[in-house]
Amino acid sequence: MSFQIPIGPQHPALKEPIGVRVTVDGEIIREADLRLGYNHRGVEKLAEQKTWTQNIYLMERICGICSHSHATCYVQGVEKLMEIEPPKRGLYIRILVSELERVHSHLLWLGVAGHEAGFDSFFMYVWRDREIVMDILETISGNRVHYAINAIGGVRRDLDELQIKHILDSLEVLRQRSAYYQKLGTTEPSFVARLAGVGYLSREDAIELCAVGPTLRASGVPMDVRKDDPYAVYDEVPFEVCTADSCDVLGRTVVRIKELLQSYNIIEFLLKNLPAGPISVRAPRRAKPNEVISRYEAPRGENIHYIKSNGSDKPERLKVRAPTLANYAATIKMLKNGFIADVPLIFAAIDPCICCAERSVAIVDARTAQERIVTMSSLRELSLKTAKHQTRKREAEWPL
Amino acid sequence: MATLRTLCYLILYPGLLFIFFYSTFAEWYDRKLYARLQNRMGPTHTGRAGVLQPIADFIKLMSKEDVVPERADRGMFRALPAFGLAIVSAGMLLLPVWNYSLSNPSATSFSGDIVVLLYILSLPTFIFFLAGWSSTNLFSTVGATRVLTMLFGYEVPLFLTVLTPAVLASSWRLAEIAAFYRHHPGLALLNIPAFIIALICVQAKLERTPFDIPHAETEIVGGTFTEYSGKKLALFRLMMDVELVVAAGLLATVFLGGFPGGLLPGLINFIIKTLLVIFLLSLLRATTSRIRVDQVISLSWRYLAPLAVIQLLVIIFIKGLIS
Repeated sequence: MSFQIPIGPQHPALKEPIGVRVTVDGEIIREADLRLGYNHRGVEKLAEQKTWTQNIYLMERICGICSHSHATCYVQGVEKLMEIEPPKRGLYIRILVSELERVHSHLLWLGVAGHEAGFDSFFMYVWRDREIVMDILETISGNRVHYAINAIGGVRRDLDELQIKHILDSLEVLRQRSAYYQKLGTTEPSFVARLAGVGYLSREDAIELCAVGPTLRASGVPMDVRKDDPYAVYDEVPFEVCTADSCDVLGRTVVRIKELLQSYNIIEFLLKNLPAGPISVRAPRRAKPNEVISRYEAPRGENIHYIKSNGSDKPERLKVRAPTLANYAATIKMLKNGFIADVPLIFAAIDPCICCAERSVAIVDARTAQERIVTMSSLRELSLKTAKHQTRKREAEWPL
Repeated sequence: MATLRTLCYLILYPGLLFIFFYSTFAEWYDRKLYARLQNRMGPTHTGRAGVLQPIADFIKLMSKEDVVPERADRGMFRALPAFGLAIVSAGMLLLPVWNYSLSNPSATSFSGDIVVLLYILSLPTFIFFLAGWSSTNLFSTVGATRVLTMLFGYEVPLFLTVLTPAVLASSWRLAEIAAFYRHHPGLALLNIPAFIIALICVQAKLERTPFDIPHAETEIVGGTFTEYSGKKLALFRLMMDVELVVAAGLLATVFLGGFPGGLLPGLINFIIKTLLVIFLLSLLRATTSRIRVDQVISLSWRYLAPLAVIQLLVIIFIKGLIS
């Protein structure tokens, strides 16, 4: 007997508004459809009406977890457009915050993975220790989520000796705890039994379906924008690209934990080699007509911003390609022939951030794969038409 | 006098009142312990250290709106919670806590009551299955099939391991089995492997992590209970608490020497021994992650069932040696 189970857009497993409709045969998934478009916010259109500086704060609000990623990606693009070079110290602080953000995002993911696998103790412990890095971010920027540290041409806040000491001390605790989680996450039998072999994505498929970030690296492809196309000061910082070759959720967990340990090394290097000098340069109000692509390695993978200027103080076009969007195709591949029990894990393993990915509206009919654009007025007509003939029922019918 | 005694037995101890308060206490104990093991506070607000929290939850749920889905089997959907609670409460009466005498089998303590108790503990599984199935919700249906699938895994090793001490004590009466191990404490040590296997199986029967598969919230929302709300959900939650106490009581009777000493010492014995079993169950819950339903089956048939059979054979062999 096969039937369809709707998972999302409102579902305890997926805290983000995305619909997955899985066709199951008993406990085994035969088909999976993604339904997008529940969270369209019109950020890109809004960006065209704001000045270069105002847009930093708008970009930051694309996402609540990798807020710094979007802001930095945007700021780097604008700096290229305006042809200004931020001072070294400013870049160091900017990268420091982005590595701290990677740490907090990966710890958050580890906890979520534990929760999805029903390992709530792991979840509670990881999230307790995540507070340490949240505190560090708060000491640096004054905020826990939207750090607002970026400015065009540098950063807004400097670091002093006391803060550096505090960060280095906290880092030691984080290092020890992460080593413990590495041991726990890769040896606890019931946890490993849930992760190993789940959501298989071969190396060829990962490349073909354009997966990014830890999802790609867990399939054994050492691809990282920080190494391949170093931005800011990543060419001076020693670090390794972490990969795993098990191609499953366990591999994605291992990659993220390894990246945590690499991030600690990067943070330590940045703090110990922090150059003296100013933290920012003054930026012009306008940018010459030009266009630019900015790449950035967010915790979830490669983040791309395309910015076009027309000589005014506002961008003419701003297009964001968030890493989650790039991973959707691979997710469908991973879900097929898995168990229902593995849907949350597989989905969580790409670390989905729907609010990052959803800004464009194109309605894709999942059954016929036809794409169509629906105007607001026709949507309204449709809703009026369907509502007219329906009496209100207490129980909604299952949308099968 | 005998009537009064029976009435006390049914209503006060270990009857309904005691069951209600002790099972809510057991839930608080389990929740608090689980929380402390996870570096959380657990319930703190209602009563001293939050001890009244399960009762507050119960009252709150009783006063909530109670919805029956249109497409559900209404009669079944309504009857099941009360039916389930009645069944597990009846199981409590079979535990040899107070009103029994070893020489004179009575209505609640007779030869073969261990089999009846095991049977009564099997029924909640079917109640959960029927509850999920009669809701006609997709998540409930998947949960219901998972309940039954798991049953085929843990039931056989549970029966084998619980009956192992009975074989050694050559009795099918709970009170006599407990008395046997009180007189021969050394022989109780032989049952330790069976005790561990029985703990794992009871964890599966109670559907707690790592076996909380039928209501895995991250996969199938509320599972079997997705459509239940209000009074019915309250009764189901109470039923699960009572089931926890009865299952812990069963393990304490057959493996830990029962609850001797009449009314008060027997009560203290009961509380200490069941809390010990619940402690072990909570420890298991806090240190594992949920496994898949197919892994439950392979775990039971690859490891638990063969080990239980070996244990039974060893016990039969030893019994031949000592007699």
